[in-house]
Amino acid sequence: MVTTERRHELRRYPWQVRDSGQLLLVVAAGVWLVAAVAQTAATGLHDVRTAVAFGALIAFGEVLRLNLPGDRESAPIGFAGALAYALLIRVGTHAGQYSAQQVVTVTAIGMIIGALPHLAVGRPARVSGMAARLLCVACVAYIFRPLAGDAAIVKHVGLAFSLMTSLAIVALLLEAVLTALLRVDEQRARFRVALVDELHVQLPLGAAVGASALLIAFAAEVMGLAALAVFTAPLLVTQVAFRRYAGIRATYLQTVRALARVTEIGGYVEPGHSERVSRLAVAIGRELGIHEPQLLELEYAALMHDIGQLSLHDPISGGATIFVSRQDQQRIAELGAEVIQQAQVLGSVAEIVRRQNDPHRDVDPAYPADGEQSPGPPLSSRIIKAANAFDDLVGSSLDPGRAVAAVHQLRLDTAKEYDPNAVEALSRVVNRRSVIQM
Amino acid sequence: LGRLSWAARLYVASVVAVAAVLIARGPLTFSLNSWRDIAVLGLLLVISDSTATRLSSGNLSWSANLTATLAAAVLVGPVGAAVVGACTAFSLRRGQSPAQRAFNTGMMALTAYLAGRVFIELHGHVGTLTASSFPMIIGPFAVAALAHVLVNHVLLGGVLWFVRNAEGAARRSYAGVNARLLLSDLGYGAFGLLIAALWSVVGPFAPLLVLIPLFVARWAVAQFAEQQRAYEATVGALCQAVETKDFYTRGHSDRVSRGSVMIAREIGMRADRVEAIRYAGMLHDVGKLGVPTKVLQKTGKLTEEEYAAIQLHPMRGLDIVREIGFLDEALAGIMHHHERIDGRGYPMGLAGDEIPEFARVLAVADAFDSMTSTRSYRGARPSDEAIAELRKWSGTQFDPAFVDAFVAAIKREGWPRPEPPVLADDELATIAAQDHDDPSAPLRVSDSL
Repeated sequence: MVTTERRHELRRYPWQVRDSGQLLLVVAAGVWLVAAVAQTAATGLHDVRTAVAFGALIAFGEVLRLNLPGDRESAPIGFAGALAYALLIRVGTHAGQYSAQQVVTVTAIGMIIGALPHLAVGRPARVSGMAARLLCVACVAYIFRPLAGDAAIVKHVGLAFSLMTSLAIVALLLEAVLTALLRVDEQRARFRVALVDELHVQLPLGAAVGASALLIAFAAEVMGLAALAVFTAPLLVTQVAFRRYAGIRATYLQTVRALARVTEIGGYVEPGHSERVSRLAVAIGRELGIHEPQLLELEYAALMHDIGQLSLHDPISGGATIFVSRQDQQRIAELGAEVIQQAQVLGSVAEIVRRQNDPHRDVDPAYPADGEQSPGPPLSSRIIKAANAFDDLVGSSLDPGRAVAAVHQLRLDTAKEYDPNAVEALSRVVNRRSVIQM
Repeated sequence: LGRLSWAARLYVASVVAVAAVLIARGPLTFSLNSWRDIAVLGLLLVISDSTATRLSSGNLSWSANLTATLAAAVLVGPVGAAVVGACTAFSLRRGQSPAQRAFNTGMMALTAYLAGRVFIELHGHVGTLTASSFPMIIGPFAVAALAHVLVNHVLLGGVLWFVRNAEGAARRSYAGVNARLLLSDLGYGAFGLLIAALWSVVGPFAPLLVLIPLFVARWAVAQFAEQQRAYEATVGALCQAVETKDFYTRGHSDRVSRGSVMIAREIGMRADRVEAIRYAGMLHDVGKLGVPTKVLQKTGKLTEEEYAAIQLHPMRGLDIVREIGFLDEALAGIMHHHERIDGRGYPMGLAGDEIPEFARVLAVADAFDSMTSTRSYRGARPSDEAIAELRKWSGTQFDPAFVDAFVAAIKREGWPRPEPPVLADDELATIAAQDHDDPSAPLRVSDSL
């Protein structure tokens, strides 16, 4: 059975597992871009001043990229500028007569110039994110540019407003879908889960981006190109606030990761144990379709699952908790949960840690044997239980045979101890890893 | 504004009465379009007032009200602005007494009217803006916004003065937030002009578009504050977990952190560095977990290896916290907090100015807390004795400047006496026989063979 599964997994080669979606996206954007540049070159650039101003704004926004929680990158100001350029009707009294191809060209040039400083300081250029943004802008431009000179649009503000609003929303949704697809590809998440997570994270900032794009496009009628500077200001405020928020989120995670290692330094657990268990647990959680906020809780709980050992007088030899009595395991879990509860903000994390040893199916004397089941431990606890046991059996060993044997051993105990779904997900994660290593 | 004095009542009543007189002159002269604009801006004011963020101190709140009133001052003039300001009466903000609501309403209406008058007096053009009105309008508008903010603060300050006359402390805290409020109010005021500018193109949609980015920013700020609180609580809990093992040192990290901050403030360290040293103090001893329990418990002299294990703990601590991105300077502090000015400390044996500033600060607070806490081999020593001991080692073990700063800060603020530790019956805790932080009882190491 194990062998058939492995063969099934082997059909995907490492280079296929990663990057194939990214490649597709970048190629699509590239082809579109080349066509647009060629056409623009043939017809020449219209409204040069406007084009340069928007190109500069887009480049500026691309320089000020922002890392959102969950390793997402976005360029709110650049994106808003590009959308505004696609949605512009008039600058002052003078109608904006330029083609969708020109929008694509100007946006792409702005993005590339804005990416150069990132490359110069050795940060990745993040081409796939840029490609996704470019595609969204291109879609809006190809729909709206032919309509921009239309008499109905110019006359009826209400019509223009509703059309532009819906196009901005479409662009933002499209970006969320493309990013979610990339994440499905990269992290093996489920599409629906990835899309919901993406919308959840992007919605507030997306609203600000869309509103700013419309502001710039409309205000250009009253203020001319000064609108670009004036109406970027609110978005800049928003971006600063988001940067601080994302920064503290990242520091938080780093700190928990670092402090979880005190158990290793104290000799309570094997070096790297907490980190490995948390990585494995998160991979399993993703496989089982857990959403990002809960995934973060799972990660915290997995990192700190052995923190209760600090209260033990002497380290357990070897640190492997599956080899000590259930009573001791329970005590460690309780002590750990107490420590986490001290923080008062991680209530559900404490609960996950508390129940990390509970068997998947327990006959609780408080409930009648034939009646309803006792409420089992939370899914995250069951995942940590499986991941922890797997790591205690395998450790830092890279031997695929040992991993397969460990999964097999866990599988034998799924009647009572381990959640069969978690073990199957674990098996898929482990198989994928061994394929990548080969 | 629970029980009001007569003077306070009179004050509130007169503000409301003046506002009512000003508004009563207006409505008949408005056109239908003006009424529409007033309605939209009034709605905007109600929304922004209802979602106002509370400031932590007292009942003052911070909202984008004046965005709406200033936009109204430009679009429909002073009386229209006063009507918009009076919409404060419909705010959904909870916990307002009727008197409070009446005063806020009167105050906003009066303020808005005065700002509108200032705008007109400076030849600001009232009505829909066009491309040609642009550079000219900024001056009058800025002065009007300033007037709005100032009048608002003066009226508010007046009522607070009447109400809290007896409580001197409240007035001081109000003065504290004043400057920050003023600036942020002016910022919000600027958006009033943007709304007015957009009004000619998109009409009533203007406030919606302008305020979305601001509301999102405010949301992010709230999220940030929440995460920050959670972060601090979590770091505190984890440090405590490290300490539980050795029950005599419980609370030590927390106190060292506080002491280091006292020194840092005393010598005028920049705010972000004070923040960093706070975390450094909390985390300075996490590496102690790497020292085997039996070494900490040993009553006799330590062997060379055992002493080496203790000397290694700052490095172990560094290993743990190295990956925390923000702590660059704090890392150096944690690694070198046992160096001595005379170069006889560990782990590197740095001397004088070679020792990072953070480490020199931590060393003073660390030793002081150790001496004033109970240890298994002695009771807690009084602060005076510990200060004398610090002075004695000042210049050899400690940096004299930081010892002086610490002594000055303690003289002013005092030092909380740690509770003597109480061990519960079922608790598993190690009782350390020696304390590596205690300068008055240095670790005894057997002479090498």
